[in-house]
Amino acid sequence: MTTVVVELRGCTRDYGAVRAVDALDLSVHESEFLALLGPSGCGKTTTLNLIAGFVPPTAGRVFLDGDDVTDRPPHLRGLGMVFQSYALFPHLSVRENVAFGLRERRVPAREIERRVGDALELVRLDRAGRQRPGELSGGMQQRVALARALVYRPRVLLLDEPLAALDKKLREGMRDELRAIQRSVGITTIFVTHDQAEALGLSDRIAVMNRGRIEQLGAPREIYEHPATRFVADFIGASTVLRGRAVANDRVAVAGVTLVVTSGALSSGADVELAIRPERVQLVPGGGDNVVEARVEGLVYQGAQTELTARLRDDQRVLALVTEPAPAPLEVGQTVRLHLPADAFMVLA
Amino acid sequence: MILRLVVAALLLFITLPTVVVIAVSFNPTAILSFPPSGLSLRWYENVLTYPQFQRAAVNSLVVTGAAVALALPVGTLAALALERGRLRGRNAWAVLLLSPLVVPGVAAGLGFLILAAALGLLRSRSVLIAAHVALVLPFVVRAVWVSVRNLDPALERAAASLGAAPSHVFRRVTLPLLKPGLFAALLFAVVVSLNEFVVSLFISNRVTEILPVAMFTYVVNYTDPTIAALSSLFIVATFVVVWLADRYLDLARVFLQH
Ligand SMILES: Nc1ncnc2c1ncn2[C@@H]1O[C@H](COP(=O)(O)OP(=O)(O)O)[C@@H](O)[C@H]1O
Ligand SMILES: [Mg+2]
Repeated sequence: MTTVVVELRGCTRDYGAVRAVDALDLSVHESEFLALLGPSGCGKTTTLNLIAGFVPPTAGRVFLDGDDVTDRPPHLRGLGMVFQSYALFPHLSVRENVAFGLRERRVPAREIERRVGDALELVRLDRAGRQRPGELSGGMQQRVALARALVYRPRVLLLDEPLAALDKKLREGMRDELRAIQRSVGITTIFVTHDQAEALGLSDRIAVMNRGRIEQLGAPREIYEHPATRFVADFIGASTVLRGRAVANDRVAVAGVTLVVTSGALSSGADVELAIRPERVQLVPGGGDNVVEARVEGLVYQGAQTELTARLRDDQRVLALVTEPAPAPLEVGQTVRLHLPADAFMVLA
Repeated sequence: MILRLVVAALLLFITLPTVVVIAVSFNPTAILSFPPSGLSLRWYENVLTYPQFQRAAVNSLVVTGAAVALALPVGTLAALALERGRLRGRNAWAVLLLSPLVVPGVAAGLGFLILAAALGLLRSRSVLIAAHVALVLPFVVRAVWVSVRNLDPALERAAASLGAAPSHVFRRVTLPLLKPGLFAALLFAVVVSLNEFVVSLFISNRVTEILPVAMFTYVVNYTDPTIAALSSLFIVATFVVVWLADRYLDLARVFLQH
């Protein structure tokens, strides 16, 4: 593939007794858009801080374009960063904020003028140049932060949950815009988020993080369709995981029922974990292949659909989304039949 | 309604001495009587022409100017260190830096006196300046510390990520954002130093004494409204400084945060 721009080799970062990042290996390629996806506290920001140089690793090395930069201070790394809180300078105008990096690089005043203008145009803020950040809306501040980080053409763009502070509607608009800008500039980008939809929609590759480690690294489709671990499956929305034993290379015994599994090769006799998305589970009136009986434990009406939680005979939990109106009225405590399609299972490692 | 009355009464109580002093300063006779029996500026004339007051005024300006010029950078660095530094015993340092606030002036004065005598510095203003630095430092540290605390460290990281070396980060981001605290510190330091009396009394002589001490010496020897006139000038000057600061700086904001 293409050249590696950022590389972490065995990076660990401890805060006292807390291991924020745990022996992490990661390579980011030229022009790639890579998402670090994981729940709050899993070490995403710390990973960015290691790359940016704000915190030194407790162990391990950081490389930029093949050079060991572990001991290089942040201002000499030539990266661009958009902070979770945007971190715009409140005492400077929008233009001065954007010009900051160029002034540090001693770019001639004329050229600063031109490039700041271009950058503000890129984020569609050419009219707000004189304003102070405090006078702008969240979405506009976000774009100033982006322009400020891009204007000096950094080697890598680091984004720490840039959309998290925006409201839902704005967030979706900004997401598309961010991707378009990244494409047009062609800059290598590392994007931190805890929102799986954001990661799936934006990235070339996703690194799913858990407790300071990368659980799975791959293209969005690969992560979505073939989650490697229970954690990944759960995190990207396949919230039912069933434990069973393979009885043939395409059959698994679960709760006294033999299920056909066509989506992965199994070795007979092995314990396996099968994940399935709630939207693939169907409520059916009668028996048949891959139909299990379950007792309804919870119902959450959500308008277009109802989220149904049920327990199998051996107490394993299954989640299903029932499209409304439901074929028959549902009640907690009643026994229902659920169809688990053979091709809907994801076999976890 | 009752609350309003209480506030009014309180305000009256606080301002009454000031009002009395200002009124007396215009008294045409040499008696400190209230209410004044007429209007005259003779005591103001006396203040401005009395040589010892002139000398003391110069001393006050020099001592306060030097003390503030020293205390401001030192206090700022101390505040930064207290908030940011990897300090062992941060609390102990904080207590030590703020301690002049709780040490009785007499004790501090005596201490400085003995020290100055041992060092043979009693004839110079340097010991006064040193004492004033120590006395205003707690106010400086306190005021700047509030600003440091309100400073988002992400801003300094942002500056670094944009290519600013640590010295540039300090000049272009940290210092400008500390401005409100620095102004408050400056204001407090000036007011405290100009009004300092007890400690200064111990360590000054006729040549080095500052205005409050000169005023005290005057009162001990004479009882005419001159001192009321000088006090009035002092009050007005202090008031103007605070008023300007409040106008341009929003003092309430600086002090009520945290
Ligand atoms: N400066 C710090 N001091 C102490 N603990 C920290 C610090 N930064 C992060 N941590 C801890 O490290 C872990 C990972 O934090 P972080 O990288 O911020 O996670 P994320 O960005 O994924 O939410 C958390 O448990 C957090 O409490
Ligand atoms: Mg974070």
